[in-house]
Amino acid sequence: MSGIGLKDIRHSYLRNPKSDEDWALKHISLDWSDGGAYALLGPSGCGKTTLLNIISGLIAPSEGRVWFGDQDVTEIPPDQRNIAQVFQFPVVYDTMTVYENLAFPLRNRGVPKGDIEARVREIAAMLDLTDMLSRRASGLTADGKQKISLGRGLVRSDVNVIMFDEPLTVIDPHLKWVLRSKLKELHQQVGSTMIYVTHDQTEALTFADLVVVMHEGTVVQIGTPVELFESPKHTFVGHFIGSPGMNVLPCEIDQGAPILAGWKIEVETRVEQTMGGARLEIGVRPEFVSFSSDGIPVEIVKVNDAGRYRIIDTRHGHIHIKLLVAEDDALPSESAYIRFDPAHTHVYADGWIIDGNSQ
Amino acid sequence: MRYSWIVPTFYILFLLLPIYWLLNMSFKTTNEILGAFTLWPQEFTFNNYLKIFTDPTWYNGYFNSFTYVIINTVISVTAALPAAYAFSRYRFLGDKHLFFWLLTNRMAPPAVFALPFFQLYSAVGLFDTPIAVALAHCLFNIPLAVWILEGFMSAVPKELDETAYVDGYSFWRFFFKIFVPTITAGIGVAAFFCFMFSWDELLLAKTLTSVAAKPIAATMTRTASTAGYELGLLAAAGALTIIPGAFVIYFVRNYIAKGFALGRV
Amino acid sequence: MTGKTSNQKAWLFVLPVVVLVAFNALIPLMTVVNYSVQETFGDNVFFWEGLRWYEEVLHSERFHASLLRQITFTSIILLIEVPLGVAIALAMPRRGPWVPVCLVLMALPMLIPWNVVGAMWNIFALPEIGLLGKTINSLGINYNFTQQPLAAWFTTILMDVWHWTSLVVLLAYAGLCSIPAPYYQAAKIDGARGWAIFRYIELPKMKRVLTIAILLRFMDSFMIYTEPFVLTGGGPGNATTFLSIDLVKIALGQFDLGPAAAMSLIYFLIVLLLSWVFYTLMMRHEER
Repeated sequence: MSGIGLKDIRHSYLRNPKSDEDWALKHISLDWSDGGAYALLGPSGCGKTTLLNIISGLIAPSEGRVWFGDQDVTEIPPDQRNIAQVFQFPVVYDTMTVYENLAFPLRNRGVPKGDIEARVREIAAMLDLTDMLSRRASGLTADGKQKISLGRGLVRSDVNVIMFDEPLTVIDPHLKWVLRSKLKELHQQVGSTMIYVTHDQTEALTFADLVVVMHEGTVVQIGTPVELFESPKHTFVGHFIGSPGMNVLPCEIDQGAPILAGWKIEVETRVEQTMGGARLEIGVRPEFVSFSSDGIPVEIVKVNDAGRYRIIDTRHGHIHIKLLVAEDDALPSESAYIRFDPAHTHVYADGWIIDGNSQ
Repeated sequence: MRYSWIVPTFYILFLLLPIYWLLNMSFKTTNEILGAFTLWPQEFTFNNYLKIFTDPTWYNGYFNSFTYVIINTVISVTAALPAAYAFSRYRFLGDKHLFFWLLTNRMAPPAVFALPFFQLYSAVGLFDTPIAVALAHCLFNIPLAVWILEGFMSAVPKELDETAYVDGYSFWRFFFKIFVPTITAGIGVAAFFCFMFSWDELLLAKTLTSVAAKPIAATMTRTASTAGYELGLLAAAGALTIIPGAFVIYFVRNYIAKGFALGRV
Repeated sequence: MTGKTSNQKAWLFVLPVVVLVAFNALIPLMTVVNYSVQETFGDNVFFWEGLRWYEEVLHSERFHASLLRQITFTSIILLIEVPLGVAIALAMPRRGPWVPVCLVLMALPMLIPWNVVGAMWNIFALPEIGLLGKTINSLGINYNFTQQPLAAWFTTILMDVWHWTSLVVLLAYAGLCSIPAPYYQAAKIDGARGWAIFRYIELPKMKRVLTIAILLRFMDSFMIYTEPFVLTGGGPGNATTFLSIDLVKIALGQFDLGPAAAMSLIYFLIVLLLSWVFYTLMMRHEER
């Protein structure tokens, strides 16, 4: 089976949507190849769960088509799409044992008993659940139950896509990384496409090969974690990813170069004049801002200790700029000047990046 | 399951049928009731209702019933609030046993208490007063109120209490200004059930009253046995007793779906 | 429950409740116990009788008959009301503008004073002038609940179903509404259909509320007095004389204090015992 294709998906939960805000998903067209690990990343309400449920078939989109390979599956119900989904909190059948839980999807599909036994044991081994098979599912801890949810998805050999909707929400923090590594391991073993929805950038960036960043119902950027970090196509991406997020500073353009509060900033891309009255901003990550002997004069407002480095809040006039400094480096005592690294400073018009390529 | 709405619809029609019949009767004259069988009054009459509104023996009955129901609801919920709080937040000597003992009172058949209550309340000189019925109903309503409120209170995190102390609130100020507002749903449900039981109950209300505090239920049963069945009048009296109930449900209608499970779902 | 602090001053909090309930419970119960072991011929003169009344009650045919009627009644009630209530709750939509209206209408029977319920059904079921009575008779069935024991039972049971099924409906409905959507979604993906969804998701999740419902219906139907009394007076004969009705007849009617008191205690103990058994059975199932 090959990739997933979403064409012109628009979805509203209202029967008669009028304005833009009534649409949970404004316009999505995506193509994903088979077998990849993808993350849908975005804040609450951006539409990522809606999109996930459209892919799995739990919701039928108001507009648009969903393709699995070269088959249009938009009308096909979830249990015939060869998908599995793990939800935010563990969904287990309390009255059944772990074994029966894992066997349930197979029994519903009329798989012969011997095959069920073999398959259940195989998956249980993969998930370290073998010695709990005869226990009642309701007696397990949250992470155990999530494993059962996951197992019910894996146990069907016809599953091509596994979807996760913020699956680590109820897991204890010290167990989160265990499960995360397990998921990554499983991906390599099983090889099916995995789509992981989360609002936690760490989860997204460590799990996925490709991250889809969503904001207010649209896809803002798709890229590898590195791409998202180094060249965010939208100020939202820059702001959302990275901790602390990117500095977004209003600027003007003069002769192809951005001007920040009267200071000319060096960037690698040449910017066209005025850009038709759009809102212009400079985006630069705190990692790529540094103190220097000359540059923009700033006043140090606050120093936050974050362990191995420090986050410095500075101010130039009413503009706030954050930068990172290693823990041992000295801070300028009197007058401080900062520079931006030209290779990692971008200009944005109405939130979207201006780069050498057209947008 | 597109047609599943048929089931609730039929059920509701079934529920409304006897009520409609009661209303039907209440607007008929006794002659018509005993003479003809009609689905709608041929001679529509307000006489039955008029009698009730003008005859003190009748309307006092409603008055008396209301009185003890309201007194009981207020007493039950007020007493139950601190008790439920204690059960929810504290461990103390005998707490589990006390809670269990309270619940067993809800399981006591009122018939068992009819005679003893008669003697007890006569002995303390409260016979034939609304306060007697109000207090007697406490036997069943307080355990229920405590149980309901405890369920709702336990859903409120202890952090709320602790934050208030840190912020310098005295206990009672915290209780009334901060805690109680968070469980208004619970108080509503508890008050609803207290009202319901007290308004509905007949045996004890009748046993503990005779003339002065006679509840409407007693007036109705007396009429049924003595005056040889003035059916129209009885029907009107009955119909009027439905109104307070409908009123109360309307008040708590938003809680019915959620709060009804007594916070313990 | 974790997080409770130990505080003996909590007794002050429960004091009002304890006083009010104890006043109503302990004093009467002591009275009852007192009567149950004594004999009186009036004038406040009492003779010790020991356990005589208890033996007499436990061996009396009248008591056995009432107990049997009561158990039969309660069993039938539970067998009808619980499945019916659950079925109606399942059939109701979880959301929508009509839901509050439906719930309000369903709750109405429960807020009608019990004697009015009895009187209402009396008027409703009378063979000549009641809608139900007339309708059944016009279908060719000879129906008169004031004279036929079977008809009396039928009417009494129908009345109770009318009166209290809504309690089960409301509780079951609240339980169903609390099931989060992902459970249904997961079931869809797992390929489970209607009956399996009910058996593996809805029923287990409703367990707690159903326990409350069954317990409440059991207790209240076992203690029922007013409605059947107003409807049939316990008749025809004593066809519908349940335990409470019989007890009140003996206590307030005949003023046989001794036997009445003994019967009261036995009655109370039966309810307690059976409630405890019910409760334990249902809870044990959950814990295992």
